[in-house]
Amino acid sequence: MSASFRPSLPVLIRREHASPAIKLVAPPAALGLATLLNLGLYLLMGRDPGAVFHAMLLEPFLSWASFSEVLLKMGPLLLIAQGLAIGFRAKIFNIGAEGQFILGAIFASAIPIWLPQATGQWIWPAMLVLGALGGALWASLTAFWRVRLNANEILVSLMLALVAAQLLNYLLLGPWKDPAGFNFPQSVMFQYDAMVPILIPGTRVNVSLLIAFAFSLAAWVFMQRSFAGYKLQVGGLAPRAAGYAGFNEGRAIWLSLLIGGLAAGLAGAAEVAGPLGQLQRSISTGYGYAAIIVAYLGGLHPIGIVFSALLMAALYIGGDNAMVSANLPIAAVRVFQGSLLLAYLVAMAFVRYRLEWRHAAHGSTP
Amino acid sequence: MNALEFIVAGMLAAATPFLLAALGEMVAERAGVLNLGVEGMMAMGAVVAFIIVYHGGGHLLGFLAAGLASAALSLVFAIIALGFRANQVAVGLAIGILGQGLSALFGKSYESLTVKGLPKLSLPWLSDIPVIGGLFAQDVIVWLSLAVTVAIWAIFAYTKTGLVVRAVGENPKAAHALGYPVIAVRFAAVAFGGAFAGFAGAYAAVVYTPLWADGMIAGRGWIAIALVVFGTWLTSRIFLGACLFGAVSLASLAAQATGLDISSQLLSSLPYLVTIVVLGVISSNRRLLKLNGVASLGEPFEH
Repeated sequence: MSASFRPSLPVLIRREHASPAIKLVAPPAALGLATLLNLGLYLLMGRDPGAVFHAMLLEPFLSWASFSEVLLKMGPLLLIAQGLAIGFRAKIFNIGAEGQFILGAIFASAIPIWLPQATGQWIWPAMLVLGALGGALWASLTAFWRVRLNANEILVSLMLALVAAQLLNYLLLGPWKDPAGFNFPQSVMFQYDAMVPILIPGTRVNVSLLIAFAFSLAAWVFMQRSFAGYKLQVGGLAPRAAGYAGFNEGRAIWLSLLIGGLAAGLAGAAEVAGPLGQLQRSISTGYGYAAIIVAYLGGLHPIGIVFSALLMAALYIGGDNAMVSANLPIAAVRVFQGSLLLAYLVAMAFVRYRLEWRHAAHGSTP
Repeated sequence: MNALEFIVAGMLAAATPFLLAALGEMVAERAGVLNLGVEGMMAMGAVVAFIIVYHGGGHLLGFLAAGLASAALSLVFAIIALGFRANQVAVGLAIGILGQGLSALFGKSYESLTVKGLPKLSLPWLSDIPVIGGLFAQDVIVWLSLAVTVAIWAIFAYTKTGLVVRAVGENPKAAHALGYPVIAVRFAAVAFGGAFAGFAGAYAAVVYTPLWADGMIAGRGWIAIALVVFGTWLTSRIFLGACLFGAVSLASLAAQATGLDISSQLLSSLPYLVTIVVLGVISSNRRLLKLNGVASLGEPFEH
C-alpha cells in the first residue's frame, strides 16, 4: 500500500551504524554546496561570482590585518555557540541568545556609565562578570517560564530577545544617551580601564578571545567528562530513559539556560569593553542568531564549534569585503548563513541514512 | 474618532497578518510538523508582494506570487525536515534566517518606497452604527480572511480531509497503517502553512502598512507561532487570539497618539510582553495543552 504513492523515489534507509567518515566530510561538503548555490544567486543578481568568492571566502584569510579582524569576530560567536550547544544537546532550544548578549552589554556598561571617573585594573574584569550575570539573569526568565509555567522556551527566549532590543533603544535614547553625542543613540565613550587588554599587539584582538577558548575547553570537559554533562546529553537523546534514571528535567533546563545566558552575556560585555568602547544600538550584528548556526555547523561539539566559529567570523568579514568590492548587499551574508545551515542538515542526514533508489510498484531495488 | 472607535475599526486589519500566519502554522502543526520559519516566510511573501504591486502588477498578482514564493520556501523546509528527516527546529530556524535574508536582499532598492493599499468595503446599515460601525468597513482581504477562517474551522470540524490531517499528526503510524500517505499529507500541510505565511506577509506589506522597510515583519511571525499555542490548535481560539493582538498593537498606537507619557520602546515591546505573559498563563494549564496538543508534533516519521 505504502509504495503506491512514491513512484520510483529515492528512499532513505537507516544505517546500522552511523558513518563517522561522512560525519567529518559533511561540514566541508555543506560549505561547498552552499557556496555553489550562493554564487549562482550572485550570478543571477548580475555580480561577478569569481570576485565575490575571492572577497568573501578568500580575502579574510589572505592578510594578517583582515585575519585579525576575523579572530576579533570569532570571540563572541565562539562563546555564544559553546553555551548554546550545551542546551541544544539536551534538546533545550534557547534561541534568544541575542537578548542575553544585549543584556550582558547593558549590565557591563553600567560600571563605566555610572562611574566614568573610576580608574584601576578591576574595571574590565568586573564588567565581564557583571555582563555574564546580566545574560544569565535574562536567560533565567526563560528557564522560569519553562520549568514553572511549562511555556515553550523557543518562543519565550525569542520574545525576550525582541524586548531586550527595545530596552537597549530605551537606554540609548533616554537615560544613557551621551549628552555630547549629537543625539546619536549611543553612550559616552568608556574610560581606558574599562577596556579588555589587547592580546595581539597591533590588532584589535583582545583577551576575550582567550576567554572564549578557555570556555570552549571547559565546555568540552563538561560535556565529555562530567556526570552533569552526561545527564544533560541523556536527557536530550532519550528523555524517557533520563526520567527513569531519575535525572531531573527542571534542573537540566535551568543549567542549560543559565550556561547559555552566561556565555552570551559575557560575549556582550566583551564587545562593549572591547572593540566598541561604548554602548551602541548596533552592538550586535546578529551574533546571537548566527551563533545558533555556528553551534549546529560544529556538530554541537566543542571542538567542531571552534572551526565553525572561525568560518562564520570569516563570512562576516568577507561579507563586508564583498559589500565594498563587489557591491553585494550585506543581507547576502544572512542568505549565506541560512543556506549553509540547510546544506549542513541535508549532509548530516547521510550520516544516519543512505539513499536507495526503489521502483514504486514492488518496492524492489533496481 | 476616539481611541475605542479607532481600536474597534482597525482591530481586524491589524489582526489579519497574525491570523493568516497562525492559521497556516496551525494546519502544519496539526499534521505533526513544527515549522519555526514563519517569520522568514512572512518576510519573503512581504517583499515579493511589495515588488509586484510597486511595479503595477496589482494586489491580486502580488498576493498570489507571495503565496507561491513562501510555499516554495516551505517546501524546502519540507524536503529537508520530512524528506531527509532533519531536526525540525533547526530546519525551521534556518528557513527563517534564509527568508529574512532573501527579503532584505530583494527589498534593498525598495527601502522607504510606498504603494497604494486597498479601499475599505463597507457593509450597508451595519457600518453606520455608532462606535462599532467601523468594524463593518474592512478591505477585501480582511473579509476573505474571515471567510477562510470559517472554512478552515468547518474543514477540521466536519470533513474527512480535516480528520486525515489530524490523524497524521496524532498518530502517524496508525494513519500509515490505514493507508494514508503520511509524508504527502505533511508536505501538503507545510505548503499550506507556507502559502498562508506568504499571504500574511503580503497583507502586512501592501495593505496594512504599504511601505517597504527591512525587518517590517518585526516578530509577527513568531507571535503567530505563539498564537497557535494560545489557541490550543483550535481555529476559533486562534481567531480570538489574533484579534487580541490586533487590539494590543493598535492600543499602543492610540496611546502614543493621545500623548500619554509612556516610552515608545515600552509600547513597541508590548506585543512581545503580552505574548510572554499569555504563553505562561496558557501553558501552565498542562491539562489543557495535553488535551488539545498534537501528539507527534516535531517528530520525524519513519516506517
